[in-house]
Amino acid sequence: MYVAVKGGEKAIANAHALLAKEGRGDPGTPRITVDAVAGQLSVLVARVMNEGSLFDPELAARAVLQAQGDVLEAVTLVRSYRTTLPRFGYTLPLDTATLPPQRRISATFKDLPGGQQLGVTFDYTHRLFAEAATDGPVVTATAAEPSGPMPRVNDLLGDASLIEPERSPDSTDPEPADLTRDPTMFPMSRAERLQALARGDEGFLLSLGYSTQRGFGRTHPFAGEVRVGEVEVEFDAPELGFAVPLGRVEVTECQMINQFTGSADRPAQFTRGYGLAFGRSERKAMSMSLLDRALRADEFGERREAPAQDEEFVVSHSDNVQATGFVEHLKLPHYVDFQAELGLVRRLRHEYEERAAAATAAAGAAPVAPTTAAAAAETEEVRA
Amino acid sequence: MSGELVYNVGYLDEQTKRMIRRALLKAVAIPGFQVPFASREVPMPRGWGTGGVQVTAAVIGEDDVLKVIDQGADDTTNAVSIRQFFAKVSGAATTTRTDEATVIQTRHRIPETPLHDGQVMVYQVPIPEPLRFLEPRETETRRMHALEEYGLVYVKLYEDIARFGHIATTYAYPVMVNGRYLMDPSPTPSFDNPKLHRSPALHLYGAGREKRIYAVPPFTDVVSLGFEDHPFEPQRFEQPCAICGSTGVYLDEIITDDAGGVLFACSDTDHCERAAAAAAAAAAGGATTPATTTEEVTA
Repeated sequence: MYVAVKGGEKAIANAHALLAKEGRGDPGTPRITVDAVAGQLSVLVARVMNEGSLFDPELAARAVLQAQGDVLEAVTLVRSYRTTLPRFGYTLPLDTATLPPQRRISATFKDLPGGQQLGVTFDYTHRLFAEAATDGPVVTATAAEPSGPMPRVNDLLGDASLIEPERSPDSTDPEPADLTRDPTMFPMSRAERLQALARGDEGFLLSLGYSTQRGFGRTHPFAGEVRVGEVEVEFDAPELGFAVPLGRVEVTECQMINQFTGSADRPAQFTRGYGLAFGRSERKAMSMSLLDRALRADEFGERREAPAQDEEFVVSHSDNVQATGFVEHLKLPHYVDFQAELGLVRRLRHEYEERAAAATAAAGAAPVAPTTAAAAAETEEVRA
Repeated sequence: MSGELVYNVGYLDEQTKRMIRRALLKAVAIPGFQVPFASREVPMPRGWGTGGVQVTAAVIGEDDVLKVIDQGADDTTNAVSIRQFFAKVSGAATTTRTDEATVIQTRHRIPETPLHDGQVMVYQVPIPEPLRFLEPRETETRRMHALEEYGLVYVKLYEDIARFGHIATTYAYPVMVNGRYLMDPSPTPSFDNPKLHRSPALHLYGAGREKRIYAVPPFTDVVSLGFEDHPFEPQRFEQPCAICGSTGVYLDEIITDDAGGVLFACSDTDHCERAAAAAAAAAAGGATTPATTTEEVTA
């Protein structure tokens, strides 16, 4: 009886104490440290940073611990902190072409300037439990040899006009809106949409991206390039007149090459889908780029028929902090509204019984078997 | 490590408060119109009152006295949680007494005690759009509001009458505000709708997840939809409160055993406590008739 009439305050205090106890686990085992989470569960930490929209591995690791491994709870913690931070300004756009990738693959070219580099990946691992299970994967350090410049694959295609330009020639490069500081209004700009996708739930994006591959808004994608590496972040300080380097962040970028457009008046060109995420987050970046392209349907005069092409549907439902909150709010008491519905259903049943009784009485009074039409008319009278 | 993390007084940063206050001013200027605002995350889940929390955080000041209710009660878990949150981050005084509060954050009820001039009601709103379940698209519903195109909702009410004999909407019952905008009064039971009409208090509605704010300024016309031959009818209860004896109030049905036993008691716990105390005092003072109506008790 958690809150029948009284006692909400005490119930909350007790529940919090129990939660802390459960989260501690066996007191005989050592506590997991924040450093251990940040260092050994970095993929999880990256996910919390992405959906929390804040690059801070330590804070994200701390959130994972406080949330007892509940990713969405950790994301909520990070977001609720992030949103209170003052906004000093904006960084310059990241130049991912210059990032020295620790991983870089292209599915469209066998070889390309700078070469392919498998780097850190679960791809081609056998998903068998390692023998030394407690120690995790065996560490065999290999020096990543520095390579020459690695131009982005889509830029190579762009030079020959085989793919649409990154920005249309008549684009004036407007200030990108800020999803976290401006009210959400549809239709959105592509920049806003990408922001929404960047903080969107990985699972939701994955499923919707997958749906485009299965024919619901098909875009014929090729993974032009996936690259992972650290990139310099520079803060735009107008009063100084130059950009101030802030540090480096690890990102995963995916450039998708999609079905071509063209017409009698325009030469055929491939189109683009783009994805960018913090840390090692290939699944997220790839799903994002599939959706980015699918959501550009209007730009290419494509019919919007599938869920993945519907901006309002995708953006309104991709935020897992919103989604989990609203689904779980059904746990809150609703007894006032339920009482109202209960009263109505009882009243409707009562009225039905009255009508039925009246109809029976009418049938008894007129034994010459009334027609159904007459009975119906009778019912109407009773109802009126 | 990041060390001690510091949150601003009232939790929200000052720019955010300013942004929300601007949205509130616009909402007050256009009664019933849904103003989009850049909703922030707050430290409780979406759907648990994040819109109301942001509105309260933006309007509450040091001199305010805050009351928080959920389902009409001050001691339901979420009401306790939100009241504790503001006690912690804003240092504002809190109360359970409707007549003493200057700001009342609520979910699903309007208090029985008549509101007075200067009070601010803050509603937690799950779905701000009264047309949402008739038209899922925001782009469409905004256009419908712009054109005052509300035929669809009347058709829905008509279909209720055709099917059930009367309007079958019992909460979140749509209202017309100031003769212009159709508004969802949040999922309060339609029992509470008449309290909005020309209310002396300021009513602010915050939908955090849906990023909308709207308002009913004091002394504004708020008319529940209906037809001439099927006018709006709020709920009625046949029996008085089993605890304080009040009639004409909203009641919770409490199941007392597994043999069909039920008890009806006030949903508004503050009203119930004071009505019961007044009745006891009257009985002790030799008065023969205990107070039975809301007006008598709260006057």
